[in-house]
Amino acid sequence: MSDVVEKTLTALPSLLSLDSHSGSTKLSSSSKLGNLIRGITELTSKHEEEKLIQRELASIKEQVSSPNTSMRQMKELMVRAIYCEMLGYEASFSYIHAIKLAQQGTALEKRVGYLAVSLFLNESHELLLLLVNTVLKDLQSTNLIEVCMALTVVSQMFPKDMIPAILPLVEEKLTHPKEIIRRKAVLALYKFYLIAPNQVQHIHNKFRKALCDKDPGVMTASLHIYLQMIQENPEGYKDLTASFVTILKQVVAGKLPMDFNYHSVPAPWLQIQLLRILAFLGKNDQSSSEIMYDILEESLRRAEINHNITYAILYECVKCIYTIHPKSELLEKAAKCIGNFVLSTKINLKYLGLKALTYVVQQDPKLALQHQVTIIECLDHPDLIIKRETLELLFRITNAQNVAVIVEKMLEFLRGNKDDYTTIDLVGKVAELAEKYAPNNEWFIETMSTVFSVGGDTMQPDIPNSFLKLLSEGFDSVEEDRKLKLFAVDSYVSLLQGEPGKLPQRFLQVISWVLGEYSYLRGELDAATVLRLLAKLLDTKSTSSETKSWVLMAMTKVCEGGVGVSVAQEVCETYSSSLDTALRQRAQELQHLSQDRDLRAKVLPREAGSEPLEVDSSLSFLDGFVSEALAAGAAPYKPHHQRQEELAQAKALSMEPYGLPISMSSCSIADRQSPTLLSVSSGLSGDSPSLSQKGGSTTPKLDGVKRVWGRQGYLVQTEPVEESDLVEVTGPLQSPNQQAGADGPPSQTPTLKPTPQPEQEKQQLASSLFVGLGSQSSLCLMGKPEATTQRFRRKAKGPVLSSSTGEQISNSSVSASSMANNLLCNDLLDSNITSETAAPSLEQTPQLSRDLPAANGACAVESTDRDVKENSASLIGDNRLVAADPAPRGDRGKLKDFSAHLPAEFSGLCHSDISPLASNQSLDVSACHVQKEDSLVLVVFMYNSSDDAIPHILLELRSDELEVSCEGDSPVEEARSRSVAVCQYSLTVKKPSVHVEVAGTVSYQLPVGTSQSVQFSYKLPLTSFIRPLTVSTEEYGTMWLDFSHDTKQKLTPICLGQEPLMDTLNVLKKKLKLHVVEIIGMEGIVACRVLRDQPCLMHCRLHAGALSVWLRSPVPDLPDCLMYHCQRALQEH
Amino acid sequence: MQFMLLFSRQGKLRLQKWYVPLSDKEKKKITRELVQTVLARKPKMCSFLEWRDLKVVYKRYASLYFCCAIEHQDNELITLEIIHRYVELLDKYFGSVCELDIIFNFEKAYFILDEFLLGGEPQETSKKTVLKAIEQADLLQENVDFQMRLFAGVMVPNMVSESSGLFQN
Repeated sequence: MSDVVEKTLTALPSLLSLDSHSGSTKLSSSSKLGNLIRGITELTSKHEEEKLIQRELASIKEQVSSPNTSMRQMKELMVRAIYCEMLGYEASFSYIHAIKLAQQGTALEKRVGYLAVSLFLNESHELLLLLVNTVLKDLQSTNLIEVCMALTVVSQMFPKDMIPAILPLVEEKLTHPKEIIRRKAVLALYKFYLIAPNQVQHIHNKFRKALCDKDPGVMTASLHIYLQMIQENPEGYKDLTASFVTILKQVVAGKLPMDFNYHSVPAPWLQIQLLRILAFLGKNDQSSSEIMYDILEESLRRAEINHNITYAILYECVKCIYTIHPKSELLEKAAKCIGNFVLSTKINLKYLGLKALTYVVQQDPKLALQHQVTIIECLDHPDLIIKRETLELLFRITNAQNVAVIVEKMLEFLRGNKDDYTTIDLVGKVAELAEKYAPNNEWFIETMSTVFSVGGDTMQPDIPNSFLKLLSEGFDSVEEDRKLKLFAVDSYVSLLQGEPGKLPQRFLQVISWVLGEYSYLRGELDAATVLRLLAKLLDTKSTSSETKSWVLMAMTKVCEGGVGVSVAQEVCETYSSSLDTALRQRAQELQHLSQDRDLRAKVLPREAGSEPLEVDSSLSFLDGFVSEALAAGAAPYKPHHQRQEELAQAKALSMEPYGLPISMSSCSIADRQSPTLLSVSSGLSGDSPSLSQKGGSTTPKLDGVKRVWGRQGYLVQTEPVEESDLVEVTGPLQSPNQQAGADGPPSQTPTLKPTPQPEQEKQQLASSLFVGLGSQSSLCLMGKPEATTQRFRRKAKGPVLSSSTGEQISNSSVSASSMANNLLCNDLLDSNITSETAAPSLEQTPQLSRDLPAANGACAVESTDRDVKENSASLIGDNRLVAADPAPRGDRGKLKDFSAHLPAEFSGLCHSDISPLASNQSLDVSACHVQKEDSLVLVVFMYNSSDDAIPHILLELRSDELEVSCEGDSPVEEARSRSVAVCQYSLTVKKPSVHVEVAGTVSYQLPVGTSQSVQFSYKLPLTSFIRPLTVSTEEYGTMWLDFSHDTKQKLTPICLGQEPLMDTLNVLKKKLKLHVVEIIGMEGIVACRVLRDQPCLMHCRLHAGALSVWLRSPVPDLPDCLMYHCQRALQEH
Repeated sequence: MQFMLLFSRQGKLRLQKWYVPLSDKEKKKITRELVQTVLARKPKMCSFLEWRDLKVVYKRYASLYFCCAIEHQDNELITLEIIHRYVELLDKYFGSVCELDIIFNFEKAYFILDEFLLGGEPQETSKKTVLKAIEQADLLQENVDFQMRLFAGVMVPNMVSESSGLFQN
């Protein structure tokens, strides 16, 4: 080998000289990179490489900063810098030069410059701003290559804030004659859509044009955008379903040019993209699905060549077929297809087959049965990824009967697994299964013990938490609870007697909590024994101080009897001088409580875990503290999101000259102060029981419990969420059983296929794994579907919540079951059932949501002698209305009624049409808005169409974008029979948006006693809030500089007569109520405000037939929204 | 697609393209872990990997590993074909491509990749169109020297394996 090296080395100079024959200046540069690469390859140690690269970087650095370096040399230097970065050495000094190269180089150098930029920087890098101008210039270049380069870099990364600057140019490129430019422009817009969807809202029409582009490449590119948009909002694009189907038909039939073929399959990427789109469109939509059945079948049929690419299409097809509204023939074919995948000898296909099975197994458990042999083989596959996917599949088909086997398989995998991500995921799944289907107490405790020891300290914290919650809350039977707790105590005591040092900290915490709470249940177990075991943990070196806290707390609970107290005292001595304050405090508590029995019994009552916790989530007991702090000059508390927002704003780019520094600094101090205050206060409330005891406002019982959870306080808060989660998860799993129980199709009892495999072991495993699936329908036929599946059913908490969630479960499971039913026995009549069952569940939720705010009493309506006033108001209203109200005096009597009820003070003002919003059998709700000089008033009319008076009407309005406040005396408390109640609300804009929406709920009590509610929403354009802003040109000038948010866009002006600028501004003035400040030549300045205090300035300039509009405002998003309305106003004209 | 990495059997990175914004530190960490994981896998194993919360699709061509990270809902098989199409493009452009071509002309490899995938999505799948675009841009380049790679392989013995064509295996 060594002489080979020698030979080559001697040959080197001659080769180099050979190279220099073709010599030019460029050669030396390209060989510099070559030398570098070769140099590195020859090195043997990492250390040498590092030295060489550092030398190289130093030389690059010197050269790039030298003024004599030409752009051509710079290009070569950049390539070398990229190479160094790729090897993992930082060359950040070259970033700015990369941008310079992109800016100043000729096309070829530019290309390298752009490449270097796209490799060095990411879209949040601040240097990227310097690229904006270059991109702008290149987008306008006449050189196609330069335009391409600019578009390429833009579609890879671009600062979000700068999109408006180049958007019009990119948009323009959509109509470029060259298809490559159009294609890149579409992809750039796709990128913009991903990072700032509202910026490109106005060009959705142009996307449609791109979809119809004559070049298939452009059309394909536009599908990326459509996939994204349809995924977010399938309802909005149903009309395109037929078009997508037609495109797919043409592609499949080979109508595209041959270039698009890939291994003789026509445009596979395009096919897959279309199939994904169709899946979104056809999901839960029968009529759309029906359009695509034919082409899906065709696709399945055509994909017959034995090549990866056809399998890729088949896989996507199968996914689509199982996602859309089912059709039995197609499902059959798709199932066969999945079978081919699973049975394939190619490992990649097998993997995908398993993945597809996992995807469909809930709809079609029979399929898993068919492939049980393969599944069992895959369980022992040498490739872990296959094993893992198989476990995933088994997880989906777990039921009460096969849970033990499946969990055992999962734990087996876990024990050999080293990857943290997989461990976290699988441990969570095992815990979920164990909780749901545990066959008995012993199994449950043992499985959870394994979970805790295998999961270690990486697992999700909610696993131990929910386990403890389950133990403490108990189940339906008291005796069972006791047994479970006893078994836990026994098994943990024996664990501690073994080698507790090896157990993970989380597990030790669980053990100490359980022993602390429940060791008394085991009567013959001496408290002193438990204390000694716990004390042993404290002496173990590996025990963390957090765990020690848990242990000390547990000891506090159990210390009893002479020996026990002396053990406790011993421990206290060691830890009451600990440097860790938390430990010291626990030790102190232990010391005091171990000596005072009565106090201990009060503070730490047994079985306190089962008591419902009362949590004062508003932290009202801190009010005094807060007001004191405020009085002492502390900054008021800002919620987290607000602080974040302010931080973000502080970080956002400011285009303005810097202001005086004072305001900044004071602001930052305030910012810092509030969180500290907060943490102090929460520390007081959460972690020190002595303080809250002194307060004496809460009962000692609660304190005891709270302290146990002091460090994990969040658990208490998340409780309801967790519970509903758990319940929902169980829904679909129950469904197959329930479904069969209800319908009882006896025809399709799937019998276990006799396995050809001679090995008995495997057969046994199969029967134990698939037992639930096989026997499922027979079990259901007996009519007791859900008796044993879920062992540990949580006790319901709180009457309202439990009943409604309970009903929701049944609803969802019924609808799910009708789906499954449909899949299994090809019954296509189910759609009515689905919709019927879906409806009540929808109704359920609003009621629930209504109950909550009502309980809070946030918007409780106070009212006086409403009736009298209302009547008089309507009388006056009637009189004046004739003159004041040119609004449609509709043929429908009701509408007329309402306008008559418009309060008198609005009679002179312009108001919108009164639109009916919602109604039910007793109440009709309508509304309109009235534009006042300084405000916008929403008037809500409620007509009681029933014969009885409705007392206790509660009207609540919510909005994300608006601030809603009740006007004066308008709240209503009752509506008399056949009369109208009127409410007024003043609206102000909180967050500008193109359209703003108010959602409302009217809830009331019928005399009979049932509570009812009507939901409605009222949408109004931002323009209703816009008022002219009268300023002078000078004022305008100063304001312009102060405002930080802006947007620019080119609009098409209106040409009526001689002066397009004037005409356009007049239209805007009329439609949007803007104030035209001044017009100078081809430029105009306009001002407006959103109600009282949100100004927005507009500068327009007419140039080459286009009107470039620049909007500025201190309010974020306002310019964008206003731009939209300006555009609309001009288009509509 | 989240990112694409090319690395050699020795674990040397040859090309990296990131379609999601990540810090340099993260990139390095991901690269290191992924290279290790992929290199440890046996040849007959599945080309797909679950890795963190992503799906990794990789394929080996001669001495080079091509490795893409995709999201879970993406189609693994088509990603394999994306890799293959990229190799085809490289092969067509360089004329029987080998690892050395990519080492010494990595910027070209990037240009081709950018013309094929844009922002992580396939931009143009027609081989002809991609190469036409590259050639047009290349025309600007005054007679570039492609000779280098020819003798580079002869010269350095360590690189003998890298000069074997990607399509040989």
